[in-house]
Amino acid sequence: MKFGVVRFPGSCDDVDALQAAARVGEAVILWHAEHDLQGVDAVIVPGGFSYGDYLRAGAIARFAPVMAEVEEFAREGGLVLGICNGFQVLCEARLLPGALLPNVSLKFVFRQVELDVVRADTAFTNGSAAGQRLSIPVKHTTGRYYAPESELGRLEAAGQVVLRYAPGHNPNGSVRDIAGVCNEAGNVFGLMPHPEHAVDPLSGSVDGLTILESMRAHVEQHVLA
Amino acid sequence: MRARVLVRPKAGILDPQGQAVERALPALGFQGVRNVRVGRLIELDVDDPTELPAMCERLLTNPLIEDWEIEDGGGEERR
Repeated sequence: MKFGVVRFPGSCDDVDALQAAARVGEAVILWHAEHDLQGVDAVIVPGGFSYGDYLRAGAIARFAPVMAEVEEFAREGGLVLGICNGFQVLCEARLLPGALLPNVSLKFVFRQVELDVVRADTAFTNGSAAGQRLSIPVKHTTGRYYAPESELGRLEAAGQVVLRYAPGHNPNGSVRDIAGVCNEAGNVFGLMPHPEHAVDPLSGSVDGLTILESMRAHVEQHVLA
Repeated sequence: MRARVLVRPKAGILDPQGQAVERALPALGFQGVRNVRVGRLIELDVDDPTELPAMCERLLTNPLIEDWEIEDGGGEERR
């Protein structure tokens, strides 16, 4: 199982994502300016401030050369995980529904949050149980998930809401406490919390590993088998 | 052509920046201020203004959360 972590100018969680992925498989960096996914089995678009987040978070990064390959990989069913800024990039690229707006507080939030697993049958959460609580940190200023009301109904009905902030834990004003969504096909997933920062008991929680281990299990069962 | 693109948060989308401004003005003694919304202004010189709508849809705005309007920026292009 080989993970590829995209590195844009301005990425800052790429090293943590690489080290977290290396705990469950092989992990390599994918340089933003190259049209090469190096044969990886899954792509992680990490957190940070890609291309300075100029204009809107993720707006410029989605046109990076490597994103053409990421989009093709996603269209072919490859697993793509977007974390924080990566989630913003995937929304801007329309690989995921909705958009991320500035936090209602207009403040940077940095804290551990509790998440409820809504869907435990996805490629990213199969190692958890529906209703399970995950403790994973958030750190962002632009993390308020938004989609129009009509779209939200469709997303919920299609089971695309994968993670919700537990009651009282919504840090940014996201609609319906949505913390993570997947695309219709279920192979692209984005979330604002940072699983790569919750992989070692030293940092208080290893719940983030569940996401990466679920991806490995999915790839081993469905792709490499 | 000198063009001006006005970008606004879509109606119905909570705009905490606008709310913060709306709260700040009365504190300075300006009364009777309502419905403050904060958007973005992009000025640009373009050879082909017919390409502006596509620029707005693809990069300058996110049509899911923002409305845009193109105005003639007037005056000479900057050299």
